[in-house]
Order: sequence, then C-alpha cells, then structure tokens
Amino acid sequence: MTWFIDHLDDVQARTLQHVYLAGLPLVLGLLIALPLGWLARRYKPLYAPFTAGFGLLYTIPSLALFVLLPGLLGTKILDPVNVVVGMTLYTVALLVRTVADGLGAVPEDVQQAATAMGYTRVKRFFAIELPLAVPVISAGLRVAAVSNVSIVSVAAVLGIPQLGLFFTDGFARAFYDPLVVGIIACVVLALFFDAVIVLATRALTPWLRATGARS
Amino acid sequence: MKLSRITLTIATAAALMTTAACGNSGGDPLSTKSSSSGGSAAGGVTVGSADFPESALLAEIYAGALEAKGVKVTKKLNIGAREVYIPALQDGSIDLIPEYTGVLAQYFDKNAKATDADGVYTELKAAVPATLTVLDKSAAEDKDALVMKKSKADELGVKSIADLQGKSKDLVVGGPPEWKTRLTGIPGFKKIYGLEFKQFRPLDAGGPLTLQALKSGQIDAGDLFTTDPSIAANDLVALEDPKNMYAAQNVVPLITKSKSNPTIEGALNAVSAKLDTATLAALVKEVVADKKDADVVAKEFLSKNNLG
Amino acid sequence: MIPGIIDWLTDPANWSGPDGVPAHLFEHIWYCALALLVAAAVAIPVGLAIGHTGRGRFLAVNLAGAARAIPSLGLLFVLVLWLFPKLTGDSAFLVPTLIVLVVLAIPPIMAGAYAGVEGVDPAARDAALGMGMTGGQVLRKVEVPCALPLIFSGLRSATLQVVGTATIAAVVGTGGLGRFLIDGQKVQDFPQMASGALLVALLALGLDLLLALVQRGVVSPGLTGRTVRRGNTPVDVEIDPAGRTVDAPAR
Repeated sequence: MTWFIDHLDDVQARTLQHVYLAGLPLVLGLLIALPLGWLARRYKPLYAPFTAGFGLLYTIPSLALFVLLPGLLGTKILDPVNVVVGMTLYTVALLVRTVADGLGAVPEDVQQAATAMGYTRVKRFFAIELPLAVPVISAGLRVAAVSNVSIVSVAAVLGIPQLGLFFTDGFARAFYDPLVVGIIACVVLALFFDAVIVLATRALTPWLRATGARS
Repeated sequence: MKLSRITLTIATAAALMTTAACGNSGGDPLSTKSSSSGGSAAGGVTVGSADFPESALLAEIYAGALEAKGVKVTKKLNIGAREVYIPALQDGSIDLIPEYTGVLAQYFDKNAKATDADGVYTELKAAVPATLTVLDKSAAEDKDALVMKKSKADELGVKSIADLQGKSKDLVVGGPPEWKTRLTGIPGFKKIYGLEFKQFRPLDAGGPLTLQALKSGQIDAGDLFTTDPSIAANDLVALEDPKNMYAAQNVVPLITKSKSNPTIEGALNAVSAKLDTATLAALVKEVVADKKDADVVAKEFLSKNNLG
Repeated sequence: MIPGIIDWLTDPANWSGPDGVPAHLFEHIWYCALALLVAAAVAIPVGLAIGHTGRGRFLAVNLAGAARAIPSLGLLFVLVLWLFPKLTGDSAFLVPTLIVLVVLAIPPIMAGAYAGVEGVDPAARDAALGMGMTGGQVLRKVEVPCALPLIFSGLRSATLQVVGTATIAAVVGTGGLGRFLIDGQKVQDFPQMASGALLVALLALGLDLLLALVQRGVVSPGLTGRTVRRGNTPVDVEIDPAGRTVDAPAR
C-alpha cells in the first residue's frame, strides 16, 4: 500500500498510456470491422473466409507481432504506432464476426417491414440493421476491450511505457507490490472500459429498456 | 419503434467520443515522463535502458550526470529486448544506452572471440556500426557466472566450472535461451571444459526466473550475473571460470555518434571512471534487495561523487 | 521475410529432435488440451447449472468478467514467484502456465454454457416438463442438446485464445511453439520467430476446424432456425438477455 502511494505518479502516467494504447485501437478496430462485417453479411460467400480469416489474426502471438511489426510497417521501432496497429489488428480480428453476426441477427420481418415502408438499402442499414445490431456488437466490443487491456501489457518489449512495466519490474526484483498494483490497475481499467461500453450501448438502444419496462 | 431516427453517424460518433475522450483525458498520454523541463529530444539526448534493474539504474545515472552538465535529457527506459533497443538507437528513437562490452560485441559480431576486458573492448569498437560509438569502458563488470547452491557445490566439492568434470551429467543447467547455440553456453561448456549436462533449461539471462529455479531446485546450476545481490542473499555461489569461457562484460555507454559531443563524453566518462564492480553491486543491491527506486539510488551515487 | 520463413520451414534440421517442430508442436497441443480440459470440467457444469437454475448468474458473470480482465503476463509472473518454491521438477514450469491458460479459458466456456441453456426455447422446456420429465432430465435431454451450438462456440473461442496465449509458456522456460518466438528473438533469427507465429496460427486454425467437425457431428441437425443463432460462433459474447428481445420478441 505504501508502495502504491509512493508511486502514484507512475501508476497514473502508465495507466493513461495504457488507456490510450488499448482504447484507440478499440475505436479504430470497430470502424474497420463495421464495413468488413457488413460485406461478410451482404455477400454470403465472403462470410466464411472473412470471419475465419480475420479471426486468425487474433492467434498471432503478441510478442512476435510487436517485435516484427516495425520491420513490416517501416515505422520507427519505439513508435507507439506499432502497438496501436497491432492492437487494432486484434480488435478487428475479434469484431468482424461479431459485426457480421449482429447484422445477421436482425429478423427478416423487420427488414421486410422496412423495405415495405420504402427504405432504400443504405437507409435500411443505417436506420435499422446497424442500430438493432448494437447489442451484439457491443458484447463483442466488451470482449475486445478486456482482451486489449491484457495484451497491451506485453508491449513492454517495445519499451512503450504502460502498466506491463510493473510486471517486468516486479518480477525482476521478486517484488510483489508492483506486480499486484499492475494487475489491479489492469483489472480496474478493463472494468472501466466495460462500463463505458455498457453505458454507451444503453444510450444507443433506448428501445430495449422500453420493451423491458412493458413486459 | 423510433429506430429510424437513430443513425449510424450518431451511433459511431457517440461511441468514438466516449472512448476517445477517455483516451485523451490526461493530455498527451504518449509523452514520456521527462526529467527535464524541455523534454524534447531535438536539442538534447534521449537515454534508453533495457528492462532489468541494473540497466535502468545505469541509465538514471547517465541521465543525472548529463543533466548536471546542462544537457537536456529525455528518458525512455525499460525497453524489453536488445533486438528492439539497438534498432531504436539506429533509427534515432533513443541516443544513449548503458551496455556491456561482451554481449554487445557478440551482438554486432557473432564471431567475436576475445574474453579479456581489453580484447573484448577492442573487438567491440571494431564491430560497432559506423553511426554508433562506445565511450570509455568502466571498471565495473557484470559478468555471467555459473551459479549453484552453496550446499550443492559443497556436497559435490566444486569450486570452479572445471571441477564439474565427471559430475555434470547428473546436473540440470539453466540459462538464457541463446545458451543453446552459443559458445557462451552449452556448446562452450563442451568445447572449453568438456562438460555435458543432463538437461538444458532455457530460462532468462541472469534474471528472476533463473534465480527462482536455482533457489527452489528446478535447476542445479544456472546463469546469474556477478553483481547480483541475490547470490549472496540466497546462499548461492558463483563457480570460478579458470579458462575464461565468459567474455568480459564491462559497463560501457553506447551512443549515437552524431549526438555525442565533448560535454556529453566528458560527463559519461567521468561516471565510468567512478564505477567499479563493488560500487555497482552495492547500488544494484539497493534497488533489488532494498526495493528502492532506481532514480533515487542514482541521485545518491551522483551527489556522493560530485557528478550531479 | 517470406523466403526466410520458407527456408526455415523447409529446413529438415528444424523438424527433428527435442527442439524440432514436431516436439514443440506436440508440447503446445498438450498444454492447450490439458488447460482446456480442466477449464471445461469446471466451466461447463457451472455454466449449465447457472443456465438451468438461473441462480448465481450475477456472481458468475462478474467473476468471469474479472477473470477475463486479469492480464496473463502479470498473473504468470505472480504465479511463478509464488509457486516455484512449492513445486519440483517440470511441474514448477508447467503449473503456472496451465493456471494462466485455465483462467483464460473458463470465462468464454462458461458464458457459452449458460447462454446456451438460457437461450433454449421456453416452449421446448415447458413441453419437456409437461411430458413429466424431472429437472435433471430436462437439462440432459433438452437443454444441453439445444445449448450445444453455443457451448461449442464458447469452447472454440477459448481454444483460439489458449493456443495463442500458450506461447507465453516459453517465457518461463517451458516448451511449446513459443520456444521458436523466444529463441528466435534472442538470437535475432526473425525467420524462426515468424515461422513460429505462423505455426501457432495454423494450429489454431486446425483445432478450430476439428472442433467445427465435432460440433457438426454432435449437434442435432434439427437444431436450426430460431434457437440457434446463425453463424454459430457469436464469439464468446455474453448475450445480454435484454438484447435477445431483438430476435425473440415473443419473450
């Protein structure tokens, strides 16, 4: 506890960097996964290769990805961009299938009703399919958020300061304080991301609460 | 249903805002904590370190000594691997890092052969790429050593690696993964001492894993570094190396040539002149065993030696 | 990079001995299988019980959420420091890794199990009760078979994560495909690293296909349409009951 209080500055700085390195890719990954998931849903033959193919990205070990990525991107090796790109890949990997399945979960009768009301395909997507898919997409996003927070801690290899530094430091000195502080900070951060997503989902799906109240 | 009013734009924009707002609430989260007010690498020097306590400590000492001479310093410490921080030096992400002569010579020249301090240093100077340079080496040495539990060593009657002759076949040895193929590891034991072990366990380079495995008996002998206070603290003993299998490992600043100037060289060479193995070991002990912060220990050392 | 990977993968020297691809591949599969088995043995019964009784859901969901949030690397380091002195021989290296993998695998498997049971069409459940089945019979004969697609979805998602994360075993001195990543990194043999990463991805793909085949064989072909979500793997999503009103407005 004393250690924690003495190192509040470090904890705060590294937590903020962790938020950035795990959070930005979440937004970028969602933006990339939306069109990909839509394509996979719209064109049946694409579904299997897209969902499986992008899903495979998730199995690339983070250590290898972080070390090899600068060479592939041509970026400076300590550039945080490497971590952001890597984490975005993992987010896309998790979200393409979720987006495709979420869009596919819109009931046929709702779609037909919309078409009957004169909705064009584009309008139907933005006004109906996407909003109705929000709960499923949000569930996937929650998984991705938590997973990102955990994987970012491996980025210590690249010398990008974040909460993972507490792990290497604590381990190197057989010192539990930083280890435990780091783990707790990671868990709290993951739960924070989770809460943000849940609240955002709630704000975006007011009809769900309305239904709940009625039944 | 009022679905028609909810559009993608609002949805994503809201999601974006929420997350982005969290991401940026602390100003620029990627500016590394800098000890000087400026913080920009433009006119100053960016000091890096590897992610083990001694390296971070040495980097703090360098940084403090440079600041005392009015050099603007930015710190990017705890970079996880040599394969990352050497390229980082070459692409300008960092300008200076504390290194060890033996491993560094080995990194730049896989055929490096010398084992004595001066020979290694000469080889290193020849092997370093043109854009980088090493300054004066210090007397402080943090060398690989084959370490055993004292009780085990006494039981076997072993004081040096050579004494393991005829006994090594029953022993499990642990070391960094590169020991598998390098002359500083398993092939070296065979070639130089004629030793073969029961099993080699790839662990880390004198790190916590090797120490824990030694302490709890998962390995019988392992690679630790000579300045490691854990050796004495845990009743371990470093075996002598009469045939000089291990190359010298003097602490040496590795710096980008274009960033170096007489002020910087003067400050760093003054540090190296004050560092010897015993001093370094005592400083590392404060960080590792007494759990003090590296920057605090560095400051104490600098002020005691009138360097900062 | 690609020629380097091809060279490395086609070099016969890399395919034999205790440091060859087959040996490390076998170790990797062994760690993953062991971890998944333990995780499934814990998570499936608990998940089924939660789904069936509806009790303990809140606690289980939140515990699983927290478990998911524990960073693997940090947990591994703590376990190594803590367990090394207590264990001997190979188990000292293996057990910390296994615990990390089990902790990783439990949440998705459990989520699949309870979401699967919860998602069973209430009409089917009522019909079974009406036929005079006991609670246990309903679970065995109706709920579990109907929940299988989501149970498999959870298992497959856990498998992907475990296969990828098992590479950290190599960080703490064990074998598995992670050896190629770590050993390659330490001697700057990047083709070896990349080949290792490729092998991990291929293994994950292979195991996923295998599970998909098993799933096809085990899941009743009658289970189509509303009780099963199309695209049988909505990842390990914790499906919000409220969200289900989207495709099951009848509830």
